[in-house]
Amino acid sequence: MSELSAVKETISSILDRYDRDKSNLIAILQDVQAEYNYLPREAIAEVSQALDIPLSQVFSVATFFRAFSLKPRGRHSVHVCLGTACHVRGAASILQQMEKEMNVCCGDTTEDKKFTLEGVNCVGACALGPVVVVDGEYIGHVSVNKVKPLLENYD
Amino acid sequence: MNDKQQKLTSVAELEKKRQGLNKQRSSDAPMIAVCCGTGCQAYGGKKIADAFKEEIEKHGLGGKVEVKTTGCHGFCERGLLVVIRPQNYFYQRVRLEDVPEIVSETVIGGKPIERLLYESLATGEKIASEEEVPFYKKQVRLVFGDNGYIDPYEIDDYIAVGGYSAFSKVLSGMTPEQVIDEVRKAGLRGRGGGGFPADIKWQSSREAHGEPKYIICNCDEGDPGAFMDRSLMEGNPHAILEGMMIGAYAVGSSIAYIYIRNEYPLAVKNAYRAIQQAKDYGLLGKNILGSGFDLEIKINRGGGAFVCGESTALMASIEGKVGEPRPKYIHTSHKGLYNKPTVLNNVETWANVPLIINKGADWYSKIGTENSKGTKIFSLVGKINHTGLVEVPMGITLREIVYEIGGGIPGDKKFKAVQTGGPSGGCIPENLLDLPVDFDELTNAGSMMGSGAMIVMDEENCMVDIARYFLEFLEDESCGKCVPCREGLRRMREILDDITQGRGEESHLEMLEEMSEVINDGALCGLGQTAPNPVMTTLKYFRDEYKAHIQDKKCPAGVCKSLITYHIIEEKCTGCKLCVNACSYGAIEFMGKKTPVVLHQSECTKCGACKEVCKLKAIEIR
Repeated sequence: MSELSAVKETISSILDRYDRDKSNLIAILQDVQAEYNYLPREAIAEVSQALDIPLSQVFSVATFFRAFSLKPRGRHSVHVCLGTACHVRGAASILQQMEKEMNVCCGDTTEDKKFTLEGVNCVGACALGPVVVVDGEYIGHVSVNKVKPLLENYD
Repeated sequence: MNDKQQKLTSVAELEKKRQGLNKQRSSDAPMIAVCCGTGCQAYGGKKIADAFKEEIEKHGLGGKVEVKTTGCHGFCERGLLVVIRPQNYFYQRVRLEDVPEIVSETVIGGKPIERLLYESLATGEKIASEEEVPFYKKQVRLVFGDNGYIDPYEIDDYIAVGGYSAFSKVLSGMTPEQVIDEVRKAGLRGRGGGGFPADIKWQSSREAHGEPKYIICNCDEGDPGAFMDRSLMEGNPHAILEGMMIGAYAVGSSIAYIYIRNEYPLAVKNAYRAIQQAKDYGLLGKNILGSGFDLEIKINRGGGAFVCGESTALMASIEGKVGEPRPKYIHTSHKGLYNKPTVLNNVETWANVPLIINKGADWYSKIGTENSKGTKIFSLVGKINHTGLVEVPMGITLREIVYEIGGGIPGDKKFKAVQTGGPSGGCIPENLLDLPVDFDELTNAGSMMGSGAMIVMDEENCMVDIARYFLEFLEDESCGKCVPCREGLRRMREILDDITQGRGEESHLEMLEEMSEVINDGALCGLGQTAPNPVMTTLKYFRDEYKAHIQDKKCPAGVCKSLITYHIIEEKCTGCKLCVNACSYGAIEFMGKKTPVVLHQSECTKCGACKEVCKLKAIEIR
């Protein structure tokens, strides 16, 4: 099966989950992103065509919401919480240290596709602050000195 | 109760179900309540609950002692929390290895374990029972209290503690008008930020033309530092569903939506589960409990945009569009979702509704102040000893919240400010700590209630940096539709960049004030209109700090990196090398044992790693 028809098939099964209802566009894109880890160009085009929504509109939704990424992401997603409670406990320095250790800017993926580093506006685990969420796991009370050993836990 | 539940077809059947459940359950049966909220999950949550189950089995107590995985208990700072009922022994900072001892000593032996009890910060005295812990003692946990007793995964738990009795009361004899009237008399105001009276929204939607009418529950809790809506949705989702059901009945709606932040996976999961169970019980669907009332509740996951907490933006997002707000010349109660009459309230507001119906408006309106009734859940976070969720009657003072419930500031540091209302709120200084907390008082102080985040700051927090932080946040989250917000916030942030990086000028402060007014007047939606609040309040209460940045090029709190330098205090430094190893920039040079190290300013990025590891307090910020 060609790559394109595989995409078509995957998208089709996602669309069926939502009865091909246009108003579920955001949920559909969330599922596409869950499938591919990002929104591939072909997938966006396919969603647009199948739902009969202009490509520009799908694109504007995909770029408006923070949850979507148009670039492939790393194997591990690292979210540094930048909520107020974490900020007053020094989250900015944690992010700076992460950027240094990974050698990327916030929002980017490391060259070896190991990590994607992102900031998030509060994960609501303020008692753990400063908190970092790696692949959905909450790691609390992170300090500048704990950043390096923390990242070494992942391969 | 794993058999497929038969649909309940009448109010009488629901009550019979409740009686049956209560007959099986005795209130003094031993129970181990393990907090599995998001905060406690980080300390093992489910794993610890499983270990308890195993240990109970090992002692042959299976079926006699219940292990309950509950939602958030609120005292997140001390996670993982375990409460042993019926004695209500409150154990904090429980770890996996404590499980066998808790079972043998407390569950079987009936004795509390000293080590795991809360220790009073003032007297050092150990406190055994949950109600006596200062964090809980002053709280009035009307909405949040059930969290510690029920498993959010089991609808039977909710029914057993009286759940859905308000809904059955409504269905068995109240007219929609009576329901709205009760909510009006109770004085329920929206907990999401604006504090708009709920009954007016309901009434206006009820009277509006257009079908279908929609009900929305806003769980897009975007205010950083606020997590009460998440904890309610995770810990007691049925209370929210029940509130929505009552609201839908009053408004005449048969379709409802819950809009949940995608960053809250556990809340999403529990909400789905709760809706499915309510359907299985016949509490959602067609002809609910034989009353002829229909209701369907759907879930929409947000896409991670702060502005979607704004009602019109949220509705656009549910319609599958970009989450941009629109002007509200026509209220959403008349033309909201899909241009139909829509009532939108937030999670906490909906969770208050069953309480009002059950206990009556007279009872409810006795709690609180003249124009703010009931309780409010605050998330007390930042530089505070007892981080967590606190539910207090409106009108309590900030001082009581910060010092009595919150246990004050850690590390003997000095209190500086408490920020309320999220990015749209303001910073309240120490001399206003005796302010009674309600919707109007906070607004008068230049801040707002918002969704209830309270971020406590101490002397090591820079207020200019905080103002800049919120502006940067809002600049990033601005949808870009209107000019005052899109351009204005950016310019203000640039000015604050200048001030925090040592390029500040006297004229900047006036310019900030002027821009604040213009943005407040000219922006399209609440996000923009309230965005200058953090700048306005910090300018009002902490002007000296701005002046120190501008005139002396100093950051008194030692936060703004361009204005500070790190220094080694030679008399204290013993050359232990900890800081040398910690510095990833090679800025600190080792000069030999028992000789003070040398810090090279040109290499230093001011990350603070050295100060963090130094045990001798030999590194200072100037």
